[in-house]
Amino acid sequence: MMPLLDVDRVSKKYVVPGMKEPYCVFRDISLQIREGEFVSVIGHSGCGKSTLLNIIAGIDSADEGVIRLKGREVRSPGLDRMVVFQNFALMPWMTVYQNVRLAVQAAYPHWSRSRIHERVSHYLELVNLKGAEDKYPSALSGGMKQRCGLARAFAVQPPMMLLDEPFAQIDALTRGTIQDELIQMWNETGVTIFMVTHDVDEAILLSDRILLMSAGPFAQIREVVPIEIPRPRTRGSIIEHPDYYRLRNRIIQFLSEKGASQAA
Amino acid sequence: MNSKSLLLCLLFGAVFLALWQLLAQGSEMPTPGQVASVSLDFLRDPFYDAGPNDKGIAILAAYSLVRLISGFVLASVVAVVLGVVLGRSQTLFAAVNPYIQILRSISPIAWMPLLLYSVKDSEMTAFFVIFMASLWPTLANTAFGVSSIRREYLNVAAILQMKPSEKFFKVILPAAGPAIVAGLKISMGSAWVALIPAEALLGSLGLGYFVWNEWNNLSLPSVIFAILTIGVVGVIVDWLFSRLARRLAYTD
Ligand SMILES: Nc1ncnc2c1ncn2[C@@H]1O[C@H](COP(=O)(O)OP(=O)(O)OP(=O)(O)O)[C@@H](O)[C@H]1O
Ligand SMILES: [Mg+2]
Repeated sequence: MMPLLDVDRVSKKYVVPGMKEPYCVFRDISLQIREGEFVSVIGHSGCGKSTLLNIIAGIDSADEGVIRLKGREVRSPGLDRMVVFQNFALMPWMTVYQNVRLAVQAAYPHWSRSRIHERVSHYLELVNLKGAEDKYPSALSGGMKQRCGLARAFAVQPPMMLLDEPFAQIDALTRGTIQDELIQMWNETGVTIFMVTHDVDEAILLSDRILLMSAGPFAQIREVVPIEIPRPRTRGSIIEHPDYYRLRNRIIQFLSEKGASQAA
Repeated sequence: MNSKSLLLCLLFGAVFLALWQLLAQGSEMPTPGQVASVSLDFLRDPFYDAGPNDKGIAILAAYSLVRLISGFVLASVVAVVLGVVLGRSQTLFAAVNPYIQILRSISPIAWMPLLLYSVKDSEMTAFFVIFMASLWPTLANTAFGVSSIRREYLNVAAILQMKPSEKFFKVILPAAGPAIVAGLKISMGSAWVALIPAEALLGSLGLGYFVWNEWNNLSLPSVIFAILTIGVVGVIVDWLFSRLARRLAYTD
């Protein structure tokens, strides 16, 4: 079966001022994601996770290799790959409602006002932002901002969703609730998710597969860890699963290996 | 303004008036009382119209404001569009910036002889003086505002596949809005400052002409009244802009 997302031998170099050779973040990275799958990538800071995600999003460009979505090459950003940003990237001059509506309007330009309103309201409800519609982002907590970011991305109902450390700036308690909301929306929409994270437990809780990325330069996907803990999962139930500690230890061990943190 | 500032403000006003009264007594300078009585005469019938060179103060102010606004509005449209273009291209901005720096430091009044010679019409000349005075601050501020729009807003616009016009109105203008309005405010101030001498020199009906005319009539109290009027109208215009700026401001 054809994967929904196909990252085919993608390489990225940065020209660093004062250096003779360009810095090669990663080389020949390939990965496939099936429709409806939730895949996370974990790796050390600076290994190139965001760069990879941005290339898939079309915000950044690869030096070599191809990104295909449903078999078709994609080079520029688009509504078929909505991004949830670590720093939220909400428009500060728009209210919560207007931020989500902006995306829905862009995705469905021919929809009537009432249909757009319905869609926006539905997703604001799913992320528990009812009552905060008319607030501006500056008046929201980090958690609420990211709820708005998630609602904006999900309301478009794209085939693919790219999440770059969506919970990194959110306190641990709120994080749990929003992760639940994320899973609920993922179940409801059947969207395919590619997520970058630093958090091992978060990755195990949410993912079908976890990609372990080594440090740069020339970073690679070193290992793919399938998470076969049955769903629905909760933070409480996963730790009771016999696989949990083995998986967790494997990932943590990888992150502390020499190759994960230094040039291999 | 809090009550302490208000009290001080009134106190400064009173001290100023007292000093003025003291210095004016026994000299040729008009006293505050004389200016006040002349002002009342002017304000009693601000809309009278007794021929081409004899009009009420409100009509004169309206002439000035219409001239100001027409030059300002056109210049602002040009400045915002050009500013967005420059703000979107680092290369272009760097290439054009030296010229902008030179042009903006030229007093708009200095263009007058050249303008009079080329357009041969005093009304058009006044218009271009206002245009020149209004152009540069808005242009520079818009270019700066647009060039410092955060990358992530443009990324969102790209992901949402906005058309250029949509991106312009929904992302670029609002994101750079505060910077643009700050530029418009400076532009309006410098246009107002340039308008008065332009009207005086060109003899176009308006407040600048009024000042000069009263000077030619050797009526110093009227000159002072005219000066005060210019100041008050300028403050009102500025105040309107501050309100606009507050509506467009955002915090991120
Ligand atoms: N514009 C750029 N110019 C030069 N080097 C860059 C640029 N952007 C990123 N890099 C380098 O590329 C590497 C990968 O960066 P990236 O942001 O993708 O890392 P990351 O894995 O997302 O890190 P983090 O977990 O801290 O977010 C880093 O070494 C970074 O210094
Ligand atoms: Mg990153």
